[in-house]
Amino acid sequence: MRTFNFSRFLSSVRDAGLDGYMMLVGLVIVLAVLVMAVFAEFIAPYDPVKTVGMPVTPPSPEFPWGTDTIGRDVFSRVVYGSRTIMIVILMSTALSMVVGIPLGLISGYVGGPLDRVLSLVMDSIYAFPGLILAIAVAAMLGPGIYNTSISLAVVYIPTYFRMVRGQVLSLREQLFVEAARALGATDWRILRKYIFPNVFFIIAVVFSLNVADAILTEAGLSFLGLSVPAPTPDWGFDLKNGQRYFLSGKWWPVVFPGTMIILLALGFGLLGEGLNRMLGQKEVR
Amino acid sequence: MSLRAYVITRILMTIPMILILLTLVFLVMRVLPGNPVIAIVGMKASPQYIKKLEHQLGLDKPLWQQYLDYLGNLLRGDLGRSMIWGKRPVIQEIMDHFPATLELTIGGFLVSVLLGLATGMLAGIRSGGKVDASMRIYSIVVYSLFIPLLGMMLQLVFGVWFHMLPVGGRIDPGLEPPTITGLYVLDSIISLKMDSLINSLAHLALPSFTLGLVLSGIYTRLVRSSLMEVLGQDFIRACKARGLPGRAILFKHALKNALIPILTMMGLQFALLLAGAVLTETTFSWPGMGTFLVERITYRDFTTIQGSIVFYALFVALVSLVVDLVYAYVDPRIRY
Repeated sequence: MRTFNFSRFLSSVRDAGLDGYMMLVGLVIVLAVLVMAVFAEFIAPYDPVKTVGMPVTPPSPEFPWGTDTIGRDVFSRVVYGSRTIMIVILMSTALSMVVGIPLGLISGYVGGPLDRVLSLVMDSIYAFPGLILAIAVAAMLGPGIYNTSISLAVVYIPTYFRMVRGQVLSLREQLFVEAARALGATDWRILRKYIFPNVFFIIAVVFSLNVADAILTEAGLSFLGLSVPAPTPDWGFDLKNGQRYFLSGKWWPVVFPGTMIILLALGFGLLGEGLNRMLGQKEVR
Repeated sequence: MSLRAYVITRILMTIPMILILLTLVFLVMRVLPGNPVIAIVGMKASPQYIKKLEHQLGLDKPLWQQYLDYLGNLLRGDLGRSMIWGKRPVIQEIMDHFPATLELTIGGFLVSVLLGLATGMLAGIRSGGKVDASMRIYSIVVYSLFIPLLGMMLQLVFGVWFHMLPVGGRIDPGLEPPTITGLYVLDSIISLKMDSLINSLAHLALPSFTLGLVLSGIYTRLVRSSLMEVLGQDFIRACKARGLPGRAILFKHALKNALIPILTMMGLQFALLLAGAVLTETTFSWPGMGTFLVERITYRDFTTIQGSIVFYALFVALVSLVVDLVYAYVDPRIRY
C-alpha cells in the first residue's frame, strides 16, 4: 500500500477542477465539525446544559454567540451539539449499512424470487417520505440517542440496498467474475473477493450524499422535538427553542445552530459530489 | 403491449406496494419494542387502566388477529377514532387538515419546477461553462438549506422588515371562502371572492417558496442532464441544419423531449415534498397534516398517529401510480 502523499493529493485535487475544490471544501467542513465534536470539552467555554447568564443576551465578549432562552451559552451548546448529531449520524449510518449492504449483495447475486420480494419491499420503503417514516418510528420508540439512530437507520436502509444491488447486478455478468467462477471459486469467495471490492467506492460516494440527507432528517426530527431528550444540546431542537424570540429580533439562538446544520449537510453534500465525479473520472481513464 | 394492458398491470402492481407499506406501518406501530398503551398513558398508570385501554384498542388479541383486523378495518375505510377531544373518526380529522397540506404541496411543487426549469436550462444550454458550474453549486446548496431556518429568515425579511407578507397561518380569520374543495385558493376563485384569493395567496407565498426553493435543486440537475442528452441527438442537429433559430430549437423541440424523463421522477419528488411540508408547516403554523401529526404525537393520540401514517402511505402510492400512468400516456415507448 502506498503511503499518503499530501502534495500529490493536492495536485490531483487541482486536476479535477471544480469537483476537486468541491471535495476539498466539503472535506474541510466535515473535518472541522468532527474536531469540534471530538474536542468539545476543550473548545466550549461553558457547560452546555447550565444556565450561565441572563436569558437571550446578545453576543458579547463574555458570550460570543449570545445566550439562549434560559441563559445557556449558545456557542457551547453548538459545540456540544455537533457531538450529538455526529454520534446519531454515525450510528444510524452504520446500522443502515450493516443491514442494507449485505441484503443488497445477496439479493443482487442470488436473484430469483428472493430478489424480487426484497426489491419490492425496499422500493416501497424508499418511496415513502423519509422524514415521516422517521417521525413514526421515533414517536413509537420515544426520545433518545439510540432510538433516534434507529429511526434514521430504517429510512436509509433501502438507499444502500438499492445501490449495492444495482452494482452487483452489473458486476455479476462481467468477465472477471465469470472467470473466477470457471476457476471454481465459491459464491462466498466471489462475493467477498471480486464483487465487494468493486462496490466499495460507490459505497463511499453514497455514504457521503446519504449522510448529507440524514443530517437534515435528524435536524428535522429534533426540530419537531422527536430526537434526543431536552437538556441535551442538539442543533435542531435548539433552533426550535429560539423560534418564539426570533421574529422580535433575537436571532442568535436560531441562526447559529441553524447555520451549522446547513454547513454540515453542505459539507457532506460537496464531499459526495466531488468524490463521485473524481472516482467516476478514474473509471473512464 | 397496449396502453390499456399497461394501465391494468400498473394498477395491479400498486396493490403489493400498498400492502407492504401498510404492513410496515403495522410493524412500526405494534411490534417495535415499547407498548403503545404505555406510550399513551405513561409508566405510572394503573395496571387495570392499561388492561382496559389495551382491550379497547384490540391490543390484547394475538398479533395475527390484530393484523387482520387492521387490514379489514382499512378495507372498510375505517381508521378508528381519535383518542382525545371528542373522539372524532380519524378520517374526518385527517380530511380537515389534508387540503391545507395539498395546497402547500402544490405551491411548493410549482415553485420547485419553475426554479428548477430555469436553472437547469441555464446550465444545460452551455454545459461545461461558468454558468453550468454555478448552477451545479446552486443545486447542492439549496438542497442543504434547512427548511425551518430558511423559513424563519424569510419570515423576518418579508414579514417583519418589509411588512409585505404574513408570517403564518393559511388565511386571515373571517376571510375563509366557502368550503368546496378545501383548497382556499381554488375555493376563492370558484366563489369569486377576490379578497379571500389575494389573502390566501399572500399566506401561501412564503411557505411555498421555502419548500419549492429547497427542492428545486433536484430539478436543476434533472433538467440539465436531460436537456444535454436531447441537445446531442440527431434530430436537433437536423433542426440546426434546416437553419432554425436557437430559441425555436430549444423551446419547441428540445425542451419538450427533455421534460419527459423528468416526469418519471415526480413520484419520488412528491415524497420529498410531503416530508418537507411537515417542516414547512411547523415553521409557518400552517394547519396541515404535518402540524396535525406532530401535535397528536405530543398528545400520544395513538389511533390518529397510525391513521395519519396510513393515509400518507396510501396517498404516496396513489400519486406514484398517477405519475406512472401520465408518463405512459405521454411517452408511447413506455409499455410492458
